[in-house]
Amino acid sequence: MYASGSDAIRRTAADLAAAIASGELSAVEVTQAHLDRIAKVDDKVKAFLHVDAQGALAAAAAVDAKRAKGERLGPLAGVPLALKDVFTTRGVPTTCGSRILEGWLPPYDATVARRLREADVVIIGKTNMDEFAMGSSTENSAYGPTRNPWDLERVPGGSGGGSAASLVAFEAPLAIGSDTGGSIRQPAAVTGTVGVKPTYGSVSRYGLVAFSSSLDQGGPCARTVLDAALLHEIIAGHDPLDSTSIDMPVPPVVAAARRGADEGVRGLRIGVVKQFDGEGYAPGVRQRFHESVELLAGLGAEVVEIDAPSFDHALPAYYLIAPSECSSNLARFDAMRYGLRVGDDGVHSAEEVTALTREAGFGPEVKRRIMLGTYALSSGYYDAYYGQAQKVRTLIIRDFEKAFERVDVLVSPTTPTTAFKIGERVDDPVSMYLADLCTIPTNLAGNAGMSVPCGLAPEDGLPVGFQILAPALQDDRLYRVGAALEAALEDRWGHPILEEVPAL
Amino acid sequence: MSIAKTQELLGFDEALERYDPVMGLEVHVELGTNTKMFCSCPTEFGAAPNTQVCPTCLGLPGSLPVVNGAAVEGAIRIGLALHCEIAQWCRFARKNYFYPDMPKNFQTSQYDEPISYNGYLDVEVDGRSFRIGIERAHMEEDTGKSTHVGGATGRIHGADYSLVDYNRAGIPLIEIVTKPIEVPGHLAPAVARAYVTELRELIRALGVSEARMERGQMRCDVNLSLRPKGETKFGTRSETKNVNSLRSVERATRYEIQRHAAVLASGGRIVQETRHFHENEGTTTSGRVKEEAEDYRYFPEPDLVPVAPSREWVEQLRGTLPQSPTVHRRRLAAEWGISEFDMQTVVNAGALEQIVATIDAGAPSDQARKWWTGELARVANERGVDVGELPITPAQVARVVGLIQGGELTDKLARQVVEGVLAGEGDPDAVVAARGLKVVSDDSALLAAIDAAIAANAAVAEKIRAGNHAAVGVIIGAVMKSTRGQADAARVRELVLGRLS
Repeated sequence: MYASGSDAIRRTAADLAAAIASGELSAVEVTQAHLDRIAKVDDKVKAFLHVDAQGALAAAAAVDAKRAKGERLGPLAGVPLALKDVFTTRGVPTTCGSRILEGWLPPYDATVARRLREADVVIIGKTNMDEFAMGSSTENSAYGPTRNPWDLERVPGGSGGGSAASLVAFEAPLAIGSDTGGSIRQPAAVTGTVGVKPTYGSVSRYGLVAFSSSLDQGGPCARTVLDAALLHEIIAGHDPLDSTSIDMPVPPVVAAARRGADEGVRGLRIGVVKQFDGEGYAPGVRQRFHESVELLAGLGAEVVEIDAPSFDHALPAYYLIAPSECSSNLARFDAMRYGLRVGDDGVHSAEEVTALTREAGFGPEVKRRIMLGTYALSSGYYDAYYGQAQKVRTLIIRDFEKAFERVDVLVSPTTPTTAFKIGERVDDPVSMYLADLCTIPTNLAGNAGMSVPCGLAPEDGLPVGFQILAPALQDDRLYRVGAALEAALEDRWGHPILEEVPAL
Repeated sequence: MSIAKTQELLGFDEALERYDPVMGLEVHVELGTNTKMFCSCPTEFGAAPNTQVCPTCLGLPGSLPVVNGAAVEGAIRIGLALHCEIAQWCRFARKNYFYPDMPKNFQTSQYDEPISYNGYLDVEVDGRSFRIGIERAHMEEDTGKSTHVGGATGRIHGADYSLVDYNRAGIPLIEIVTKPIEVPGHLAPAVARAYVTELRELIRALGVSEARMERGQMRCDVNLSLRPKGETKFGTRSETKNVNSLRSVERATRYEIQRHAAVLASGGRIVQETRHFHENEGTTTSGRVKEEAEDYRYFPEPDLVPVAPSREWVEQLRGTLPQSPTVHRRRLAAEWGISEFDMQTVVNAGALEQIVATIDAGAPSDQARKWWTGELARVANERGVDVGELPITPAQVARVVGLIQGGELTDKLARQVVEGVLAGEGDPDAVVAARGLKVVSDDSALLAAIDAAIAANAAVAEKIRAGNHAAVGVIIGAVMKSTRGQADAARVRELVLGRLS
């Protein structure tokens, strides 16, 4: 963990909350320090699409006032947070990285945003993302790419590259992402941060602008496993406004993180997914991954290999289901009620205005997926594409069920490579899609996944992500294993991985 | 409203000599729930545009639907009343198409898994009973309402601009689809009307909707095709949308039979298309041509969980069903002392509810029936509306009847009072006062008029004195004339005979 010190921006969220609660730091000071940091480095990183300095300072001042009155503060009260721009925020711009929503001020808060405010977390701004969360590099943002602080020539992953980069750039100690096929975990992997996709239905999707409704899930991003757990407990929980929200208690993830760090993983059964190894995986990724598996075995975990053959079909199934749902979800952007409107000149018809607006307002990847999905749902093709993909989904669920009869968690590299160069994959969608190869099965099955840093690849010195997968509603297992690995690795290295990020 | 070209029609009887019609009726019913199908916005009719909206029914980015339990209950009760099977498990589906008044550009509906399916509704026409098969009754949400301003047709093409009111967007709808209806051709229009009438009575009896067609709470699409006599294969159908009164259902069916027949008889082919019904002309014109069936790219709605009504709940709801309209009507017929055939006339005139309300307001059943199926039915027919749409209330009719029974109005005067009420002159009493329609019941005033009449008809008066009572009508007629019909003829007769005996 980072030593407590005067440099507020390098401290963990747990530390900052404690410092604010004890009066060592005021929430306003902490927020101001992060606003200053953003002002200093975000020109280089471009993690934020919108910084809400005024709103953040007002929220921080409210926390200080509460403390002054002797009111009890929540576990993350006063801690700044970067919110992915796919969550609606009342009166604060929400673009989803798209031109089509430029200038839109939502009249309502997403449930995640509301819960954060109610917990006195300070929302400092909205982070950059691939347009409508479609991408693995943040290069599909209509507002330009975010850069990876480990190497500004490289991508921070995507779609939540802005949220992950903001953590590494010390612009915020906490962030929120959304994960449809890996958009929290893959950016976490390539930026050396922690990212969690909770069980589908445990974090409300109300106000999370839909890409693919049956796959989307909001989740925490942080620099440490414990911080992610603290944030997880704030945002998770039943929401009557989301029909797919699960009405069950939130698993005790904070306790699990503490237990993992203290007690390790003795007796836990860990399955290594056979399908996610070998050709196509960077040598440094394989090396760090296998070292970590050995480390966990050394801590007393039982390690077995798990064969999940259907996972080989997860990527193609995903690229039918997600585009199908997105083709319908994004139909609402028709220039009638909000956002961009092109060609409204009294000459063009309503239909033409809609077409012109969508032509101008959507980027190439969004259009590609709308077309793919429209085709896959068309009568005559539905059974062959959408229908087949749903069958693959069922097979994946069964492979998970079988695996979890034998093991408590599954593990794999989070993504096959380290951060790639900006521009390197933009002309080859399929190579871009492969970045989510290992993360997609979890979304299709609706269970839980985490990426935790497991070192730097020897060949390029860039972070490698270690993925942990757990059964639905057993999210606590992720935190136990993640925290144990984090603690063991930091012991080995003598410091947290982010100590090695180059200065900006 | 102008019509592009005059359509060739074949005579109705001639059409049916050569072809048999097959109908399919799709009726949309707006449920009278307090809140919308997928959000908690109010559903009151007539609020200022776009005042009953929220992120969900406006389809704002990030918003999500939550199913209204009361709407599911209403759907199940309708299904049960239509003798349908109720699904153990069913889902919503998205019906994808672009239209400016549809906030999400998909309608959350049901596709291959409706909440209720495979039922029937019995209707009677001309003393014969017909069982109309129900294919399905499914849940969906209504769209917003577009108003196209400018242009000649009131449709989107040619309009200067359009206004959209989203208050209606998200109102719960039940779509009730019949199986193909094959009845003797000459009865088809009447059966179509009887079905919609019967369905309306049923929906109202269930209390799930007011089902007022003039408010769009109940809307009917008429699918019709013809096939040559003896042919078993269905012909190509046309779908006439939004036929929004009972009378129009009958007229639209009749018109389409004649139009199809004319096309087919001249060797032409029917184009599969939607058509618009024009109330004023009683005709239909082509809407959009469905060259190929429109591809709505249905898929299960991922934002909603399946609906799985427990059997216990379904049985509990079955217990809440009101008396079936047939039983209800038999009871009323017995109470009123009329035949079932006479009762069917009442029902098919769409006047049952008005008559019951008029009786509830104090009128005897025969009087209530007489007014609604007689004078008022005639006026409704003249005006081309359903009786329920006439600007007169059952209470007002009951008051008119009360005035007749109190001897203050004659039948003839009462018709003038009703005419006044229908013309918007106010309540019956106000019309009586304003038009001066009170019966002259003051004997001395009558006697003055009678004496004048006797003096003017001295020869006739002599005959009466001589015992020829048949001649008394001449004197009575003169008195009625001089009192401008406001005298009670029976009383006048008594007084005349008294004077001349």
